[in-house]
Amino acid sequence: MQPVELMQDILTKPASANWDDQGQLEVLTFDLGEETLAIEAIQVREILDLLPETKVPGAPMLVSSVVNFRGKIIPIADLRLAFDMPPAQVSVDSRIIVIEIEVDGEPTQIGMRTDKVHEVTTLNRNDAETPPAVGMRWRRDFIHDLVRQSGGIIVLPNLGAIFSTDPSDASS
Amino acid sequence: MNGQDPIAAFRVEAGELLVGIEQALLDLTHDLESRDLVDTVFRGLHTLKGSGAMFGFDALANFTHHCETAFDRVRKGKVPATQELVAVILSAMDHMQALVDGDGSGLAAAGDDILARLHNAIGDDNEAMVAAAPGDGDGNGAVPATHGASGWRVTFYLPPDAMANGTNPLALLDEMRGLGDAKVTALTDRIPPLAELDASQCHIGWQVELRGDVTREDIEDVFIFVMDDMELDIVPLACGEEDPAISATEIAAQPVQAEAAAVGEARETSPVETGAASTADTARGRPVGTPTESVRVPAERLDVLMDRVGELVIVQSRLAQLAHGGVRGPAGELALRSVAEDIERLASELRDTMMVLRMVPVASLFGRFRRLVHDLARETGKTIELSTHGETTEVDKTVIERLADPMVHLIRNACDHGLETAEDRIAAGKPAAGQVRLSAQQAAGEVLITIRDDGRGIDRERVRAKAEAQGLIEPGQQMSDSELMQMIFHPGFSTAAQVTNLSGRGVGMDVVKRTIESLRGTIDIASNPGEGSTVTLRIPLTLAIIDGLLVRVGEGRYVIPLGAVEECIELSLEDDLRSRGRSFVTLRDRLVPFIRMRDMFETGTRPDPHQKIVVITTGGERVGLVVDQIIGSHQTVIKAMSALHRDVPAFAGATILGDGSVALILDTLQLVSVGQAQEERLLAAG
Repeated sequence: MQPVELMQDILTKPASANWDDQGQLEVLTFDLGEETLAIEAIQVREILDLLPETKVPGAPMLVSSVVNFRGKIIPIADLRLAFDMPPAQVSVDSRIIVIEIEVDGEPTQIGMRTDKVHEVTTLNRNDAETPPAVGMRWRRDFIHDLVRQSGGIIVLPNLGAIFSTDPSDASS
Repeated sequence: MNGQDPIAAFRVEAGELLVGIEQALLDLTHDLESRDLVDTVFRGLHTLKGSGAMFGFDALANFTHHCETAFDRVRKGKVPATQELVAVILSAMDHMQALVDGDGSGLAAAGDDILARLHNAIGDDNEAMVAAAPGDGDGNGAVPATHGASGWRVTFYLPPDAMANGTNPLALLDEMRGLGDAKVTALTDRIPPLAELDASQCHIGWQVELRGDVTREDIEDVFIFVMDDMELDIVPLACGEEDPAISATEIAAQPVQAEAAAVGEARETSPVETGAASTADTARGRPVGTPTESVRVPAERLDVLMDRVGELVIVQSRLAQLAHGGVRGPAGELALRSVAEDIERLASELRDTMMVLRMVPVASLFGRFRRLVHDLARETGKTIELSTHGETTEVDKTVIERLADPMVHLIRNACDHGLETAEDRIAAGKPAAGQVRLSAQQAAGEVLITIRDDGRGIDRERVRAKAEAQGLIEPGQQMSDSELMQMIFHPGFSTAAQVTNLSGRGVGMDVVKRTIESLRGTIDIASNPGEGSTVTLRIPLTLAIIDGLLVRVGEGRYVIPLGAVEECIELSLEDDLRSRGRSFVTLRDRLVPFIRMRDMFETGTRPDPHQKIVVITTGGERVGLVVDQIIGSHQTVIKAMSALHRDVPAFAGATILGDGSVALILDTLQLVSVGQAQEERLLAAG
């Protein structure tokens, strides 16, 4: 089990997040359940209030619905499912972060449901640690780094792996 | 076009030139005597060489130069146009395309090979014999002809700004070296003192002693793009007094005029087409198969669009006025309604105009197949005549692009498997030349494209035998003719039959069918043994907007393409109860399987008391979809789903409703096959 997982680590995590030359990374931080996550600011397109969603029967659970985002149909993702978190109630702080990443080689906009959006901040690589091999309940390839910050730990998810449509990724 | 990368622009232009040359060459194979066609090819090559050199495609320019030289000799009647020559030039065209697309590296060997064949084809050794014939009937011919075989002394000075304008003296010298044995001397007499020297200017002149079988025109051709401003002196070697030097301006004037005339003519000439109604579109130089995504739109269509937009702006300002309370009371209401009507009319007109903008004639598609058929004929050794009809029929641009590959496959099939060899045809009492006929016509929101050959037709026994061998049908199973024909589209069916190298593109008939269906089209095959086959493609005119039927299932709203809807009936309570376990309704004495959409989509809601069945049909098969409510018809603008949802079955796309929410569009083909599977399961269960 362990060697296989290590193997997969090497395969699915060729690079960590895009730290710049000074070892810094500009990110947008947000809450998801008990955790604080961060995504690279360069991937963020927009932050929206919740929109009326349309369920897509038969779609993967992670992206079970779509919304009309300025005339484009974009999928809405609930990252809670990727991190085994219980579903949350909608609150006044709930927002959709629209990101743009490559899925199967084509740029794709995806809306991510979040509980609360914090701020744009800069992380230092010196504070970052690769996730430990044991003691994690999350899939390791879904996480780039864990970054220590004054408030606690910020999780830097690997969006490419989470939204990969490659079935071999999703099944493990 | 503003701000376009010049290299990209050149590639587009070169692509168009190549297409034009190719069409002319193909026409030439039918009429080797035609001077117009030879001239068209020559001019195309000449322009390609010139603009290639201008944009730094030196390999292309050099290569094209040789082809041009060869064709120049044909043009002047020194060598006859032969099928071999045309074939070599055609393969040279492919090489040129490769040079245009790439940086020319690694292609030199292939180029040399083609040039060697070119020299064979035009028989280089008879140059001296025919050189005496003065240039006939062409602008260049006015210049005194060659002066024996001794050679020329060429002295030239480029204008000072030549290099800034992109002229490369080294390329010119290289080109002269290519003409014969050249001795180059640099003339440094005009180089100014160092203090006055402008390093970016060209101060050096050159004197070239060129020995060999070279005509004056050959030398002038080298300088054709810079001749206007330069000083050029061409004197025969050893007998300078006999043929006085001609000043550069004098010779410059003539070729330039000829060039201008040639360009003008090229615009007017349309290639001679066998039995085709209009190839004017090709002659106008529509981009065919060019890598960049661009559409040429006739200016008047843009004018219409502009008019509509102008009206819209006016109506919008009226609306703004009303919104700010310009008129109150019943009068205001009336005014508002009139504005709403205007906007409705404008929106529909804009929609129509916009759809027309995206339409291109199928001529741009059919044009590519002439070369294909030409090549196939050579490879198979069959005589194949291609005729095209209805090329002015217009189809959405994206449809055209996506039709190309399946049509290539169908035409290959027709030429390779369908048509017999000449001997077999004569034995069967048919003309030796096989016919392949492409036609397009518009019919009620659809375009019909047919590919017909007069070959041997599809051998039903072989199809059946193969289907049985592959276990697709039971031995001896009763099948209708159309069902049997459908076997051809079964995945893996066609590939086994293709043993020739012609059909090695990895595209089977199943892929052809899938592509056509992804365009919401259908494909039919009709075939009479001994008389040939006809493949008919029915493609909707546009992919962007369809008429749809809006229905509700649970809390979700879905669009069913109206074209697939046959009828709507009520699911009576008895039928509903009785059909637990076996989902069929009887519709005019026929059992129609139905799918409960609520179950399929797992809505978890209670059914409405009066459920409806929407009966949809594709390809003769019917299936009923049980929905909670039929909301009404809906003009549906189709939006693509993201990569994350593309694999979800049952949906062909999504659309945005009037209230801004999203409705999914059902994939009728998918649903019908689900229904069929269900029917088969139930039939199997008894």
